[in-house]
Amino acid sequence: MTAATRRALVLALPVAWMLLFFAAPFAIVLAIAFAESVEGIPPFALALNPANFALLLEDPFYAEAVLRSLRVAAVSATLCLLIGYPMALAIARAPERWREPLLLAVILPFWASFLLRITAWIGLLQDDGWINGALIGLGLLSEPLKLLYTDLAMYVGITYCYLPFMVLPLYATLVKQDPALLEAAEDLGARPWRAFLTVTLPLSLPGVVAGFLLVFIPAVGEFVIPELLGGPGAQLIGRVLWTEFFQNRDWPLAAALAVVLLLAVVLPIALFQNRAAKP
Amino acid sequence: MSRTADNLPFLRIEGVTRRFGAFTAVDDVSLDIDRGEFFALLGGSGSGKSTLLRILAGLTEPDSGRVVLDGQDMTGVPPHARPVNMMFQSYALFPHMSVAQNIGYGLRMEGAPRAAIRDRVAEMLALVRMEGFGERRPAALSGGQRARVALARALAKRPKLLLLDEPLSALDKNLREATQFELQAIQERTGTTFVIVTHDQEEAMTLATRLAVMDHGRLVQVGTPGEVYEFPNSRFVADFLGTANIFDGVVEAGGPEAARIRSAELGMAFVSAAPAPGPAGMPVFVALRPERLHIERAAPDATTDENRLVGRVRDIAYYGDFFMFHVELPGGRTIRVSQPNLRRITARPVDWDDRVAVTWDADAVMVLPE
Repeated sequence: MTAATRRALVLALPVAWMLLFFAAPFAIVLAIAFAESVEGIPPFALALNPANFALLLEDPFYAEAVLRSLRVAAVSATLCLLIGYPMALAIARAPERWREPLLLAVILPFWASFLLRITAWIGLLQDDGWINGALIGLGLLSEPLKLLYTDLAMYVGITYCYLPFMVLPLYATLVKQDPALLEAAEDLGARPWRAFLTVTLPLSLPGVVAGFLLVFIPAVGEFVIPELLGGPGAQLIGRVLWTEFFQNRDWPLAAALAVVLLLAVVLPIALFQNRAAKP
Repeated sequence: MSRTADNLPFLRIEGVTRRFGAFTAVDDVSLDIDRGEFFALLGGSGSGKSTLLRILAGLTEPDSGRVVLDGQDMTGVPPHARPVNMMFQSYALFPHMSVAQNIGYGLRMEGAPRAAIRDRVAEMLALVRMEGFGERRPAALSGGQRARVALARALAKRPKLLLLDEPLSALDKNLREATQFELQAIQERTGTTFVIVTHDQEEAMTLATRLAVMDHGRLVQVGTPGEVYEFPNSRFVADFLGTANIFDGVVEAGGPEAARIRSAELGMAFVSAAPAPGPAGMPVFVALRPERLHIERAAPDATTDENRLVGRVRDIAYYGDFFMFHVELPGGRTIRVSQPNLRRITARPVDWDDRVAVTWDADAVMVLPE
């Protein structure tokens, strides 16, 4: 066996995986996006019909849903970053024997069902829930604050659920930073805060970008958390997709929406990565 | 020797102790260093030399004792506020900054004007002969170049005291020697006080004006390289600096004149040019440097005697510039004798398995208290 065939064999599995589980489904979605909606099973007829995309561009409802989803995802990712960075830094700077237990504590919530954890937040946030109960009990409030079914509750839920995705890549970049770099910065006259800003933070940017994307990308299409915790006003793209697909049974429009969403998320990231890769 | 206004030495280390849990890294160290000295802290790993250096930098606080630099008590002064800079063992160059940004970092933190920083960076690049490398990233430099940038960065703020933590240990031998000379030249040109930590005794001897040998957190001996090499004060120092043949002995005759040290093991006596360190009967060590010993084929009637040992050559190590003879003595001990390789000859006057006499002058006998 030549080296080239061996290399081809090794690469065959990931290539096959990508073809089977990414390229093929995407091709199917793309085909449906250009199909025509019909009554029947399946509820579409293959065609080369740009009308779905045209509708998405014409009706501001869809553009607004996409923009709102992007905004929610960006805010959630930023919240995760603000909470996750100090956590990751604290774990990376903790004595070595403490790091693994602390990391485990970050990942531990994954061991409970996602739906269960979101439902638990309902119990915490509702009018007669624990948070309101505590605030009233302490005399800080006379009547319950409306927390559940608000944007606040949605952000709490998303930030809570996606926080580990931020902490892990940040920790990975922070823990491998040479502590001597920070000492050198302080030795050269940087106060701790400036040493952080000029050395630790810039060197952790790859982790920041990775963590941000890991939170941002799934948060854009997040359906369950806004549905369970968020208010009725927020029409996010996940909700719109669901409605088009299951209630209106307009598979082509839903597929077109999925394609647009994918492009809206992937294109800027691809451009950014491409720029970042260049020295 | 230059002193500060209140007649304190430039750098005074006073009773400094630092413990890590049950381990005492630095144990009650007191040391004075003068302005402009090139001072070496020499010791094996775990001797406390690096911890002492970090205490000078402010990166580690001592549990007790204090450091006074140029009349100013450094206790509690954080590293960023000390007029002290350090060249780190790993160099610790900022990988996301160019060479010029690295060198200018300290001045930027000071808030120096842009033009001043640019001029000083250019000056530093010239000092370490790295002109034209300012825009490079550290990753694009060789080991020797990185060492130079690290030195330039540490000198850029004109520190009163420059600390060097094993600065050349990552370089190969030839480059290390070349860089040593350069380091010395830069030290003389800038007049900065240098304190270097090294485990390499050759490096300490060639670079330093004075050195301190450390062991188990204590200073074992402080002196010029010559003093410490020629007059070690302990078995540890004699063994650590250079090579030494060390034998047990007992003072046979004390007094102000030449000491006689009897070795029961070898069945002979060492006669020293110096007086004995104590009264008759005191157990001592005798140390002999291999290069102070003469070796020749023994006459048939030669016997072990005062300042003479007769044995058999068991091994000859060829180093190019010298030979090291391993001579087995009666009783099983081996003594090492080095001879410079002065002439290019094929037949050695002394060869394997030859019966040889090893002799030395009274001057070569170093008597060390136990």
